[in-house]
Amino acid sequence: MTSLFEYAPAPESRSIVDIRPSYGLFVDGEFVDGTGTPLKTVNPATEEVLSEVATGSEEDVDRAVRAARRAFVKTWGPMRPADRGKYLFRIARLLQERAREFAVLETLDNGKPIRESRDVDVPLAAAHFFYHAGWADKLEHAGLGPAPRPLGVAGQVIPWNFPLLMLAWKVAPALATGNTVVLKPAETTPLTALLFAEICQQADLPPGVVNIVTGAGETGRAVISHPDVDKVAFTGSTEVGRSIARAVAGTEKRLTLELGGKAANIVFDDAPIDQAVEGIVRGIFFNQGHVCCAGSRLLVQESVHDEVVASLQRRIGTLRVGDPMDKNTDLGAINSAEQLARIRELAAFGETEGATCWQPEGELPDRGFWFKPTVFTDVSPAHRIARDEVFGPVLSVMTFRTPDEAVAKANNTTYGLSAGIWSEKGSRILKVTDQLRAGVVWANTFNEFDPTSPFGGYKQSGYGREGGRQGLAAYLSSGDQK
Amino acid sequence: MTHVLDPNALADTSSGTGTLPDPFADVTRSNDAFRAFLHGLPGVDQVGAEARAKVLGTRSIKTTAKAWAIDTAISMVDLTTLEGSDTPGKVRALAAKARRPDPTDPSCPAVAAVCVYGDLAGVAQEALAGTGINVAAVATAFPSGRASREVKLADVRDAVANGADEIDMVIDRGAFLTGRYLDVFEEIVAVKEACGSAHLKVILETGELVTLDAVRRASWLAMLAGGDFIKTSTGKVSPAATLPVCLVMLEAVRDFRTATGRQVGVKPAGGIRTTKDAVKHLVLINETVGSDWLSPDWFRFGASSLLNDLLLQRQKLRTGHYSGPDHVSVD
Repeated sequence: MTSLFEYAPAPESRSIVDIRPSYGLFVDGEFVDGTGTPLKTVNPATEEVLSEVATGSEEDVDRAVRAARRAFVKTWGPMRPADRGKYLFRIARLLQERAREFAVLETLDNGKPIRESRDVDVPLAAAHFFYHAGWADKLEHAGLGPAPRPLGVAGQVIPWNFPLLMLAWKVAPALATGNTVVLKPAETTPLTALLFAEICQQADLPPGVVNIVTGAGETGRAVISHPDVDKVAFTGSTEVGRSIARAVAGTEKRLTLELGGKAANIVFDDAPIDQAVEGIVRGIFFNQGHVCCAGSRLLVQESVHDEVVASLQRRIGTLRVGDPMDKNTDLGAINSAEQLARIRELAAFGETEGATCWQPEGELPDRGFWFKPTVFTDVSPAHRIARDEVFGPVLSVMTFRTPDEAVAKANNTTYGLSAGIWSEKGSRILKVTDQLRAGVVWANTFNEFDPTSPFGGYKQSGYGREGGRQGLAAYLSSGDQK
Repeated sequence: MTHVLDPNALADTSSGTGTLPDPFADVTRSNDAFRAFLHGLPGVDQVGAEARAKVLGTRSIKTTAKAWAIDTAISMVDLTTLEGSDTPGKVRALAAKARRPDPTDPSCPAVAAVCVYGDLAGVAQEALAGTGINVAAVATAFPSGRASREVKLADVRDAVANGADEIDMVIDRGAFLTGRYLDVFEEIVAVKEACGSAHLKVILETGELVTLDAVRRASWLAMLAGGDFIKTSTGKVSPAATLPVCLVMLEAVRDFRTATGRQVGVKPAGGIRTTKDAVKHLVLINETVGSDWLSPDWFRFGASSLLNDLLLQRQKLRTGHYSGPDHVSVD
């Protein structure tokens, strides 16, 4: 049966963005050749090669760090804070002006639906620059001492799930606090960072304040282990985060890590069920589940389990899948073949360990990397799909009987990045929130972000906070150290 | 291209028989029992409902999909005039428009019904005889509903006797808001009986109920009492039809069918003036309750000025350029 009301294709035009056949590194305000072997970046929805991107070697990274140091000492460091704020406001406005270009490029390079890059990623990235621009000349009121000082050169390594947004989370606070930056984007999604380099040029940002060195893991290692880097900020997997912590140990570098998660989304029997189902969908299928704070463990009170699961399955069937550039797409492509293989492996574990796997009827596109939205029921807390981060559209459903059991199960994870609570009872929300060991707790919503709200984890989800007043602390010293 | 994963996801899964809402037979045994039942329905989180309606409002409906949506919306219009100044002449003009909304294009569908006050139902019936277009009449001391039950029932009987095929009644919001749910229920049951074979649309006047929790409770109340349609508003109170309200009512008819097997229609009325608004409502149906409600038998727009905007957009799709307001008739 087909629907009476079929939506005609509504593709966003890609002509707005001009993708160059090859890109260099952005060092000291200019695009320069890299000395490593170039990487190809592909559109994960079609496997089409989009462009060739330079790889930064140790020597390239050294050049970038030296440029950043020069800018810190000569221009950006000594600049009046209000003037630094002006640059950040200018960058924020340029991001808004060129929002469509960024959204299209992000969707092509990452595979996420254009609706999300247009309505979430790009507006939030601009919002981060606006928010931090306001802080630039008010840092003495941030509660970090009477005259907090920048650290120097920040080495930043970011992931592929929100390429531009993670760049904004890293670059905006670093610049607002007077630091300069060497940033390494993820190897599968470098293009919006390189377009951001153009924005830096357009904003007349002094050379060396922002340097972007593309490449794979080796390049990232060179950035974080460079001796003249004062501060390391990383967002990505817990495994890589651990190796970074080891590499930085024993040095004077300051470190913040934003790592994985296995968030509990707790639905009590007095929840607004229809909105909870929307929240569950948003929690796990937003950005194909490539979200460190994804609500990947659904904890449902036993008395409403069947109702919630049936309603959830019906809702999942209505998700629109396909061309990420189509404005009506809800679920886009998995970012890479490597990630698809990892999701498949973990999902296969779920079945062999005895959980019940459910996927909606329907076909996926033939080309590109795709995975159906998947719900596992009959999941035991001992199963790997209940413990390991899948980083894909895979939900594990477990039950509880009492609020105490819900809290115990929610906290029974090595992670602690986020959690969600669904209940119409305010006192219950407040009490349970107090007991959850997670950096962010959403009540009757999920995956809501705002630059004023600090974001970060407990336990193996990392340390440090990004965003809000608290996020500034990672880039400032109180004045008596260093 | 993009597609829905499972086109059958919203298909009928009810186990009921379609005759009696069996599982709920005893919930109206007393006002206390009925109150407990209605207050036991899952709550509605307003922020979440508004967010969902907003996302669905961003759907991009173009070309063939837009053409289908416009024709479908025209066929769902209850073309309405509810003014103190209404005359037989005005109603006849409206009836002519209802039959041939676009006189320049015979392929343009007719509307579903013409909606008038009860005393003019006979004029409308005569003007629409043999067209298949229904006559709907508002009754029960519309729009306030502030009259005794006897007067309301007499109003209904009068409209039916004048030839109304559909009765749009208002619920007693005063009784609803003070928690006298059983009184509201019994009144709908009585009106339904007075309707005879005429279809009954129950107006909740959601602008006076205010909260979405109340909208869900009133929807269930009206469905349990035998309403064939639940309708948002009289059009005399602001806000009238909004997307979040319509979303909650669609969820209610969906859940009611799942529980009882009986399908109930939905009619947003008031405040829907543009093609864009109408298309957003069709998207809401499509992604909340599915194809089963995408027909004039199960969904209506209560509107007057909406039709002309639909016609202008229809002409634009056909000719490639916008005409002006003088290319559609003023009623």
